[in-house]
Amino acid sequence: MQRYVLKNKNNIALVGGVLIAIGFLSKWVMNSTFIYTWSLIIAAILGVVPIAIQAYQALRVKVVSIDVLVTVAVVGAFLIRNYEESAIVTFLFLFGGFLEQRTLNKTRSAIKELTEMAPESALKLTEDGEFVEVEVDEVDVGDILLVKTGAKVPVDGTVISGEGSVNEASITGESIPVAKEKGSRVFAGTIMDNGTIQIVAERVGEDTTFGRIIELVEEAQDSKSKAERFIDRFSKHYTPAVLVLSIVVWLFSRDIELAITILVLGCPGALVIGVPVSHVAGIGNGARHGVLLKGSEVISDFSRLDTMVFDKTGTLTVGNPSVVEKEYYGDNIDEALAYLASVEQESDHPLAKAVLEEIGEITLFPVENTEVIKGEGIIVSVNGHRVAVGNVALMEREDVEINEKAKSDIARFEENGNSLVLTSVDGELKVLMGVRDRIRPGIKEDLLKLKRLGVKNLVMLSGDNQGTVDAVSRELDLTEAHGNMLPQDKSAYIKRLIEKGQIVAFVGDGVNDSPSLALANIGIAMGGGTDVAIETSDVVLMNSDFSRLPHALGLAKAIARNMKQNIFIAVGVVLVLLASLLLSQWMNMSIGMLVHEGSILAVILNGMRLLRYKLK
Amino acid sequence: MKLATIQMETLTCPSCMQKIEGALKALDGVDKDTVNVSFNSSKAKLDFDETKVTIDEIEAAIRKLGYEVIKTRVK
Repeated sequence: MQRYVLKNKNNIALVGGVLIAIGFLSKWVMNSTFIYTWSLIIAAILGVVPIAIQAYQALRVKVVSIDVLVTVAVVGAFLIRNYEESAIVTFLFLFGGFLEQRTLNKTRSAIKELTEMAPESALKLTEDGEFVEVEVDEVDVGDILLVKTGAKVPVDGTVISGEGSVNEASITGESIPVAKEKGSRVFAGTIMDNGTIQIVAERVGEDTTFGRIIELVEEAQDSKSKAERFIDRFSKHYTPAVLVLSIVVWLFSRDIELAITILVLGCPGALVIGVPVSHVAGIGNGARHGVLLKGSEVISDFSRLDTMVFDKTGTLTVGNPSVVEKEYYGDNIDEALAYLASVEQESDHPLAKAVLEEIGEITLFPVENTEVIKGEGIIVSVNGHRVAVGNVALMEREDVEINEKAKSDIARFEENGNSLVLTSVDGELKVLMGVRDRIRPGIKEDLLKLKRLGVKNLVMLSGDNQGTVDAVSRELDLTEAHGNMLPQDKSAYIKRLIEKGQIVAFVGDGVNDSPSLALANIGIAMGGGTDVAIETSDVVLMNSDFSRLPHALGLAKAIARNMKQNIFIAVGVVLVLLASLLLSQWMNMSIGMLVHEGSILAVILNGMRLLRYKLK
Repeated sequence: MKLATIQMETLTCPSCMQKIEGALKALDGVDKDTVNVSFNSSKAKLDFDETKVTIDEIEAAIRKLGYEVIKTRVK
């Protein structure tokens, strides 16, 4: 019976609303106080039943809930024959509850979408060699699974046969399909766009990358900051206090009307719901855009960020050196490049790899009489020519003439932070290449966006020499850049900043920078390995995509603003209601309930704006 | 001891959490310190001693308060 009533709460609200409408119509149109009174009485009795049941359930577990306040108020109004108010208050309360549920579902929709992407079934290879559909919970590590076009990859694993393309948007936020073939890794929750593959399960259930992301988001949306915990504690004592206050008022003033109005006005609503609503909508927005903000405290710190410290290699730069600038001198360049490639083919120097990548496929020649000059380069005979490959010192040793143009090129390349590779054929300079670690594409714009969002200092720390560091710093227009730093130097630097009272974020690769990541107020790991990044970061960027960083920061700021607005609305409404109760004549229970429900809806709708947040 | 994760219908008022928490803590066999009801995900997590209380009894306690239980997982 009780459950039946509670299930039909919304219908009861509807019937109550209709009855109230009939009542007022009959009063104004037909002038019938009989129908008016009775329809309101029925509406009030009908409406209070589900509220009273909830109140009773709450009292049984020793909680004075908002239902208790409303029930007492309605019964009180009924006893003093104020049927109109008791009917309207119950209707508003039930109808408000209905709207709240609908709108709250919206704010949570983004996260719900994410959790609903979880795979449910899998095609598992059985002992008799057939694939049988089983629940995803029944898949164990080592099982062989079949994934067909349109199906979800059920677990993390490796492809053992077949090929196809997979949409990995649920993991990376990127919806361009990724090609998979034998040996490729696939992730639970991603969708087979095209093709059929067989995989061997490596991680199942909550251990998969997707499972962890979901768990993280769910934890994040319900994590509470100090302020929220305070509001929670406060509201636990607040409702009983309102009840006591109204009894005291009644005892002294003998004014039941006033006492029950206090009950309704005292309902805590917007204050307790405002902050969680901003929170869940904001974190939901992040989840949709490949950004996970781990909880309230993180949002609060991140939104007040002063300084962002970056590791260089692998974070601001791609992480492997490549040829970024080159100049050719004289004729027969193709021949010279072929000789150069032939020489570098033999070498295991890191620069050689970059040079070979740059030249690409070319006919190679046998290399003879190899002579290595330590710290300078290498001299060989190729195809009857004397070829020298190395730095400027080697060219001088070989008496290679370096003309004015080449001189200025060399100076320019060096200034840009390049390591130089010069090639001479028979004592004549042919090729000049500048090799350096390339700056990640698009990073300059991202840093600019971060600055516009109010980050005061952009700092780079690197183990590389100061010259290279300065070149990158100039190109990216950083506030500060320090080279020759060991991991412990970096963490000491961050510690100093925090001691100065700054709020510091550290963006690093998550492997050798873990002390800095842990020490910074906000740690952001960029490592390609999703595991490390997810575990150690306060803000997780899916797929370690740097370009999501500005959205993450902008979002954190928007959430923090939204929370403040909601607290302002909630506190403001309570103050206005109390003031008007004391100072004006027009305040009564119905208006109080209307304003109360209105303010709850206002904070929910305000929170919902975060779902649409986009960085301008 | 087992860990139960109970997914409920959307919770709309934070005082719901107090109610559900109170009801769960009142059950014999439920480890009081582990009871955690989260508002946004509308989930309850708790450790319980399966020799003293069954998962059906735990679900019933929540249903009795008027909240639907949608899915339960026990580990």
